[in-house]
Amino acid sequence: MIEIRFHGRGGQGAVTAANILAEAAFLEGKYVQAFPFFGVERRGAPVTAFTRIDEKPIRIKTQIYEPDIVVVLDPSLLETVDVTAGLKEEGIVIINTEKSKDEILEKLKKKPKKLALVDATTIALETLGLPITNTAILGAVAKATGLVNIESVEKAIKDTFSGELGEKNAKAAREAFEKTEIFEV
Amino acid sequence: MPIRTVMKANEAAAWAAKLAKPKVIAAFPITPSTLVPEKISEFVANGELDAEFIKVESEHSAISAVVGASAAGVRTFTATASQGLALMHEVLFIAAGMRLPIVMAIGNRSLSAPINIWNDWQDSISQRDTGWIQFYAENNQEALDLILLAYKVAEDERVLLPAMVGFDAFILTHTVEPVEIPDQEVVDEFLGEYEPKHAYLDPKRPITQGTLAFPAHYMEAKYLVWDAMEKARKVIDEAFAEFEKRFGRKYQKIEEYKTDDAEIIFVTMGSLAGTLKDWVDKKREEGYKVGAAKMTVYRPFPVEEIRALAKKAKVLGFIEKDISIGLYGAVFIDASAALVNESERPLMLDFIAGLGGRDVTFGQLDDALRIAEEALEKGEVEKPIHWIGLRKELL
Repeated sequence: MIEIRFHGRGGQGAVTAANILAEAAFLEGKYVQAFPFFGVERRGAPVTAFTRIDEKPIRIKTQIYEPDIVVVLDPSLLETVDVTAGLKEEGIVIINTEKSKDEILEKLKKKPKKLALVDATTIALETLGLPITNTAILGAVAKATGLVNIESVEKAIKDTFSGELGEKNAKAAREAFEKTEIFEV
Repeated sequence: MPIRTVMKANEAAAWAAKLAKPKVIAAFPITPSTLVPEKISEFVANGELDAEFIKVESEHSAISAVVGASAAGVRTFTATASQGLALMHEVLFIAAGMRLPIVMAIGNRSLSAPINIWNDWQDSISQRDTGWIQFYAENNQEALDLILLAYKVAEDERVLLPAMVGFDAFILTHTVEPVEIPDQEVVDEFLGEYEPKHAYLDPKRPITQGTLAFPAHYMEAKYLVWDAMEKARKVIDEAFAEFEKRFGRKYQKIEEYKTDDAEIIFVTMGSLAGTLKDWVDKKREEGYKVGAAKMTVYRPFPVEEIRALAKKAKVLGFIEKDISIGLYGAVFIDASAALVNESERPLMLDFIAGLGGRDVTFGQLDDALRIAEEALEKGEVEKPIHWIGLRKELL
């Protein structure tokens, strides 16, 4: 079972990202589960969401304390939230940032095995006209983890957002997929 | 062909309602179950469900509206949670007393104060004496299936009682999981067209319902509600068997997991059963003889099934997200009553857990196991009730 934890801020769509990733994996025949950390959501407040992906039905219903993968939608969270808390030894961290690998590693309490960086905010602004990074970051997730194909991510995005909005969001994911930089740490 | 997709339990409940084709739905929004009526109103607005959706100003009115509609002879549905269910309380007795097979979805949430929107079972457990059948779902598929089963049992002529289906706030209501939506034709065959065969309002055959009963008649009416709930035990088993034949998914009042050689068995309900089963697997690998049991039906209380389970265990532990203040958890009290005349009983322990959405972790289950092992070693229970996962530093 692969466990993924998303960190974002209210309004950035971390919960939707967790759901879309689950659907993308489901489209590839996996068993999935996605859920928010059930806070009282306010725009701008830190939000956590979770996705589990497995080859067999998923029964466990606890929150995720030792993620295999951590996804950060908002770079400013690195200043206030310990995003690598409980991260497994072989863990992967994916961050939306315009900063360099070294600058980011300095901010992480625990060094991941693999670090993936993408400027999802700029991609979102260019494709959607809004700094909503949840679909773009999923392109980085597909690239950095190989958990799901980018095509499944695009399809799950279009299932979630209809029409032009779906097309634009799928484009954001594809662009992030192509621009994501991956570092072995 | 059934459709396999991913959805939240709230959506699964709305789909179940749609498949059951109720004629009247009345509901008032409340966290965490708001999405249920929201989705149903969408089905009605799109013409996918031919029903009257009544918008009301409170949960008391919601349940009153479906009582009226059900008394007029149609299939009905509503959904609520927490304070909403508490506000319905007096009408719940009326629905049962009038023998109306209403089906209601509950996004199980704690009760105030303090205000808390997260999961426990206090809302529906507190309705245990109202005469409603109660089912609890482990996952989103069960939420859908149990609503269909609730109609099947509630509308059976031997029963004619309302039924509620509980699924845990957020842990299920807002969690996306794979769900299979059954074929409409198969559901139609399973449930049949609703034809009230008992009292209903018909201008050609005037009757009065829910009327005054003097001491000369009241007790018999109550007895018949109690008796109908007793008869529901067999009807539920029959419904589960037919459901399995038609849909391929097996339900039991109590589902056992790795209990055959277990010394310690933990019983729970709802989504916690999923976590418990994974935890049992882990403990088995570590050499512990533990098993799990999931109670799918809470009313009527599965007396025979608890007795059978008790025969297998040296220690029977109940892990429950509710508390009857002044005694123990309600499930433990009920199970104790079910076993009171048995000549041999296991040691029994009650674990109160997960109130107000506190995550029930493997660590907390380990705590429960330590207490159960200690009882097993000593051969006696010093204290039957334990609150697990309690932050003692806050007390």
